[in-house]
Amino acid sequence: MDQGLKIVIVDESPIRAAILEDGLRMAGFTDVVRIDEMGNLLKRIYALDPDVILIDLENPSRDVLEQMFQVSRIVKRPIAMFVDQSDTASIQASVDAGVSAYIVGNLQKERIKSILDLCISRFNAFARLQDELERTRSALEDRKAIDRAKGILMKAKNLSEEDAYALMRKTAMNEKKKISEIAQSIITAAEMFK
Amino acid sequence: MNKRLRLGFIPLADAAALIVAVDKGFCADEGLDVELIREVSWSNVRDKLNIGLFDAAHLLAPVAIASSLGLGHVKVPIVAPFNLGLNGNAITVSPALNAALADAAGGDLAEPMRSARALAKVVAARKARGAEPLTFGMTFPYSTHNYQLRFWMAAAGVDPDEDVRLVVLPPPYMVDSLKNSHVDAFCVGAPWNSVAVDLGIGHILHFVSEILARAAEKVLAVRQPFADEHADAVAALVRAHGRASDFIETPENHPEVATILAAPERIGVAAEVIQRTLDGRLKVAPDGTVRASTRYLLVGRAGAARPDPVQAAWLYAQMVRWGQAPLSEDLLAAARAVFRPDIYDAVLGAPPPLPAGEPEDGIGAFAGPAFDATDIKAHLGVWDVRRR
Repeated sequence: MDQGLKIVIVDESPIRAAILEDGLRMAGFTDVVRIDEMGNLLKRIYALDPDVILIDLENPSRDVLEQMFQVSRIVKRPIAMFVDQSDTASIQASVDAGVSAYIVGNLQKERIKSILDLCISRFNAFARLQDELERTRSALEDRKAIDRAKGILMKAKNLSEEDAYALMRKTAMNEKKKISEIAQSIITAAEMFK
Repeated sequence: MNKRLRLGFIPLADAAALIVAVDKGFCADEGLDVELIREVSWSNVRDKLNIGLFDAAHLLAPVAIASSLGLGHVKVPIVAPFNLGLNGNAITVSPALNAALADAAGGDLAEPMRSARALAKVVAARKARGAEPLTFGMTFPYSTHNYQLRFWMAAAGVDPDEDVRLVVLPPPYMVDSLKNSHVDAFCVGAPWNSVAVDLGIGHILHFVSEILARAAEKVLAVRQPFADEHADAVAALVRAHGRASDFIETPENHPEVATILAAPERIGVAAEVIQRTLDGRLKVAPDGTVRASTRYLLVGRAGAARPDPVQAAWLYAQMVRWGQAPLSEDLLAAARAVFRPDIYDAVLGAPPPLPAGEPEDGIGAFAGPAFDATDIKAHLGVWDVRRR
């Protein structure tokens, strides 16, 4: 691997950028700079003069980078977006993962491909991580709501914990709703009757 | 038919026909099950359309042409069977630049030639005292905004590449950039000019319709192979958009349209601000001055929705003028072929001739001779300021 390449990561998500930077470093790219402030983006990039720019697709500033393709006094080296026209699968994979690579100067296709592949896998890993986190968080919230609702039912209807839970589950099944939704309704109703 | 389609759009007022076609159920009436997907950049819209993640999209008219000609990016032939809007942008300047221009013009800036000459004076004065060049924000290298700004200032001899800086900014960042003095002015679509005026940090200098009477702004874009393979779906889309543009152009419907567009998952800006665009009545200065124009944004009026190859030729001519494309008859023909009035006519019927008052050359520029869509060389020959 070529350690000499300077890579800029433009990403407003510090965690994702860190995950990507980490991956690049592990692959031997040590010259990695992260930009998370979008003001004066082009100026910053020109000052850094990178070989490769990686940007997430949720970032509106992608359009700012497109300006680098234009003939201009300030651009010192040719810039292209990395798309291997013969390789639609890899374009699709990078769009799906949500990342795009811009290449400055004339770099070999294979070298860029390995960087892009790394980006794609790291971006996907980040998305999975976020999903998992989201699922854990909502599971935790559901759990809390169910416990609270159970307590309300036990008190109001003088039920055992087991019966309170069974009642919620039965209602959920009858109404084709999730038990956490039923729990939320009980909590809301209880608040109103206070 | 019952066909599922994915349509991409950028949250701007000129996505109105697309959004109304879906949200009023006009697409559903045509048997189309459309999912609207809000995007954050034109690059994303272009790429997702190119690789087929979108079946159709709200797209900058010049991007449809650039993509078809393979300029700046992958060559993917695009066709535009429906024009989503003419005009609709405005040039907004900072209070400081507004004062400097008014000073240089000796008052009134309403005439674009006067304002352009005033700009030339301000630019020269700044250069003489060694100040930084003025910076203008616009939305994309291949955008009407870029060409409108360039056409306007170059008419008075200001070279957009040498005398000022033109920088691309995503529309939602325009207002902040003006506030932080990263730019001195910008050209952008609605509602962002109004947002800057409301915040007291911008003056609307010109509606772009004062610079060009008819400029194709956004098109409904589909990939050529998609249009060939799914002619029925494209026809259904065009029919739904025709209904939507009629609906939007009925003034009594403006409040409803504004409410539809204002939804958080659509444009996400107050309905009242969007309605100003639809009504063509804009607050242009922080002191509350209002300017009205029947030409501010044309969605379907005056033949606006019918793609006009003359418009495509004009946009291609600007690409040549500013060094984005070489001049050739083949490229001109390819650019013209992106706009497909034949598809439009086959679905909606040939429209009546343009009403009186519309420019004969189909463009109506404030400066220079009438545009001849068959002779780009002559058009370019008129201008001193251009790339060679």
